[in-house]
Amino acid sequence: MSNQNGRFGIHGGQYIPETLMNAVIELEEAYNKYKNDPEFNRELKELLNEYAGRPSRLYYAEKMTKDLGGAKIYLKREDLNHTGSHKINNVLGQALLAKKMGKTRLIAETGAGQHGVATATAAALMNMECVVFMGEEDTIRQALNVYRMRLLGATVVPVKSGTATLKDAVSEAMREWTSRIDDTHYCLGSVMGPHPFPTIVRDFQSVISKEIKEQILEKEGRLPDAVLACVGGGSNAIGTFYNFIEDKGVRLIGCEAAGRGIDTFETAATIATGRLGIFHGMKSYFCQDKYGQIAPVYSISAGLDYPGIGPEHAHLHDIGRAEYVPVTDEEAVCAFEYLSRTEGIIPAIESAHAVAHAIKLAPTMSKDQIIVITISGRGDKDCAAIARYRGEDLHD
Amino acid sequence: MTRIADAFNNNKAFIAFITCGDPDLDTTGAAVREAVHNGADLIELGIPFSDPTAEGPVIQGANLRALTGGVTTDKIFDFVRDLRKDVSVPLVFMTYANVVFSYGTEQFIKTCSEIGIDGIILPDVPFEEKEDFAPTCHKYGVAFISLIAPTSGERIAMIAREAEGFIYVVSSLGVTGTRSEIKTDLKSIVDVIRGVTDVPCAIGFGISTPEQAARMSSLSDGAIVGSAIIKYLEKYGKEAPKYIGEYVKSMKDAM
Repeated sequence: MSNQNGRFGIHGGQYIPETLMNAVIELEEAYNKYKNDPEFNRELKELLNEYAGRPSRLYYAEKMTKDLGGAKIYLKREDLNHTGSHKINNVLGQALLAKKMGKTRLIAETGAGQHGVATATAAALMNMECVVFMGEEDTIRQALNVYRMRLLGATVVPVKSGTATLKDAVSEAMREWTSRIDDTHYCLGSVMGPHPFPTIVRDFQSVISKEIKEQILEKEGRLPDAVLACVGGGSNAIGTFYNFIEDKGVRLIGCEAAGRGIDTFETAATIATGRLGIFHGMKSYFCQDKYGQIAPVYSISAGLDYPGIGPEHAHLHDIGRAEYVPVTDEEAVCAFEYLSRTEGIIPAIESAHAVAHAIKLAPTMSKDQIIVITISGRGDKDCAAIARYRGEDLHD
Repeated sequence: MTRIADAFNNNKAFIAFITCGDPDLDTTGAAVREAVHNGADLIELGIPFSDPTAEGPVIQGANLRALTGGVTTDKIFDFVRDLRKDVSVPLVFMTYANVVFSYGTEQFIKTCSEIGIDGIILPDVPFEEKEDFAPTCHKYGVAFISLIAPTSGERIAMIAREAEGFIYVVSSLGVTGTRSEIKTDLKSIVDVIRGVTDVPCAIGFGISTPEQAARMSSLSDGAIVGSAIIKYLEKYGKEAPKYIGEYVKSMKDAM
């Protein structure tokens, strides 16, 4: 993958205030020093295996496969990780790196709260201070995760500016980092922001596709025909895609949050409705108006409710290597219910976007073909919100 | 660009920042004229952005009020055309990369040149990324103004060597907003700058009192004030210009 000066084709870069430049340069130098360091990698592997529970299972969804009557479906169970999502893969890597850099404080943004919970968890484990910025709207949608973060010893700062969702949480975390750099590492949760974050986060998440490849070769003796993952910023998707990019026979499919539909303003489907721009440290695609004002996007899923997409995804889209499809709230909720009933697995509403597309795709494929869907997180956190979506008065 | 140099020629420059369209462009026009009549040597005109990541709460509020009021880049261009009929001090735009990029960088900067904008400040475009904008600025004679921060360290000389118009020295860590105390060793930063360039430098971020303006301009070639001015707009809205005039006079007198 092309990655000179943090560029993926025309995307990426470091569009940040001068105040932060030495911080990202220092981070890049530290990462380059430790990424091939045997001791660092031994420590990280031990944390991932013994603490987070890796490798995660690749589960054959037999009932779903039979019900849909097409391709054979496997689920990559990132929901079974400690803290309940793929976010822990990246957080353990970054927290360990921050520790090596002598940082004593982690700050993070969070949408659904999964990255915030993972960061609070790593901070507790490694004796670091932790502050999580979360859109006020999301603290209401995901009240349980706010409590989990506090329980883990983190401070949660509700962000009231802008749309009070994920993009505003990122802006506020960046503002906080410019005011306190010496002891603080910004533990960014997705493959976005200024270089080197998109590369660091991708590398730490690429364990997902590394394992899928080993597991599917063992179970089926061949590579899958398609791998599917939901995309907001795109960290579980790039993790799912990365080790298959060179395997041209494997379709890479990212499922974006279309909200109430890509023909409405209430959508967060960046590839479907956005255009090239510069925001949050990177050049990529963004939902925006004709004057470049960032759009107030919407999705039922707090974790996908973001107006941009990581620069490597933008590049994979440009070169036609990956496909990005929009999935509406209604389709995602139906998939959330479907997977619960069919396989006894309650997926995160984010991951349900990928399940929804698989429900459409699998029947169009033959029975000797294979699909892998990454279940990026578990859905306990979403039950109250989905119940409300279905008209039940249930609160956390 | 020579207009910018002239602004620093005689004495210390007082630079006022005002967000265009807060709460409407008529008020912005009146505020600019009041500031100029009371001694402002250069005006930074903010083009509002939906997500101003380098701003503190006060200027974030101005951006929100301006966008809510319906201001757009095209309306601001028309406003500057009108302003230039009687305002001769240098005018520079301060906005975010996406506002320029999404308009079409070439079209945006060409228009700046036509309407009498002397420079442009993009706080989210560091030295490493200026190739997206600076060459086009050169083509049309618009200064691409660089920022230097308390954390710049060994980057100071690199940035200063290629600086043009003036150098915006950020006084403190963090975002824009008034501060009771500025602790950064600004003299050392300015000394490094002076060692490599004659381009004037002005200090901004956190300056609100006449005492701070005096101290900052004694360390450099000028003082930049934003949030303290915006606070009058936040408080008095359309009535703010006369208060801004009085305030600018008190600051300029102290320098």
